[in-house]
Amino acid sequence: MSFLFYLFAALALFGGIGVVVCRNPVSAAFSMILSFIGLAALFIQLDAYLVGILQILVYAGAIMVLFLFIIMLLDVGAEEKRRRPLVVFAGGGAVAIAFAVLVALVLSRGGTAGKTLPALSAALEKSDVHHIGELLFGTYWLPVQIVGVLLLAATVGVVVLSKRELK
Amino acid sequence: MELTLNHFLFVSGALFAIGLAGVLVRRNLLIIFMCLELMLAAANLTLVAFSRYHLVDGQPAYDAHVLLFFIITVAAAEVAVGLAIIVALFRSKETTDVTQVSTMKY
Repeated sequence: MSFLFYLFAALALFGGIGVVVCRNPVSAAFSMILSFIGLAALFIQLDAYLVGILQILVYAGAIMVLFLFIIMLLDVGAEEKRRRPLVVFAGGGAVAIAFAVLVALVLSRGGTAGKTLPALSAALEKSDVHHIGELLFGTYWLPVQIVGVLLLAATVGVVVLSKRELK
Repeated sequence: MELTLNHFLFVSGALFAIGLAGVLVRRNLLIIFMCLELMLAAANLTLVAFSRYHLVDGQPAYDAHVLLFFIITVAAAEVAVGLAIIVALFRSKETTDVTQVSTMKY
């Protein structure tokens, strides 16, 4: 159990590092897919099966394919090796490391520190898909409608933006 | 060793920090956008971890999964619009390098 956690956590983190380090956008996109697969495995380890599958279908399957499509359409090459002031890397790295240290500090003193995985009740006759479906079409029916309008607005926006000249 | 909530929160925080570093250091607009997605996905892991460790009637709090469903939908819409803007930018400037697009910088 915990061996799998470390395996997939390492996959997610190394994939993420690959996105930042890879010069070629296509390699960065493939690292991203690797990272999302690791993340989906962590979701499934947390008994969130539907969310894990959605992560792979929507992120790795749809969003990253869209990214790759645009990378190939624009024919974006690798970033040319140009000397940049070292302060850029130092600044970016410092902000990220400061953030990571902050997270570590908060977590090490918080009340959640030693909370172990609680067992689910034995009466799990319904799957998580069942529960989420009930919530989506019961309690959260209005947000579902609003998200539908959002998707429509995004579709219209993309069509307008893709026109050759804006009027 | 037993897996604690902190294990998942540490992974989530580290992934978010990696995404943040990418947004700050990289110059290619497409890769900056990918790093934004990475940060969003890292935040998702926090939501799922808290819902699994905070049981309601012996079940995970499924409201978090519903929220995550919405986040994924919004992320998909955001990617579609963002990529359309990047394509429009490429059409007028012939570049995806953020250092070349500095008309509104000063």
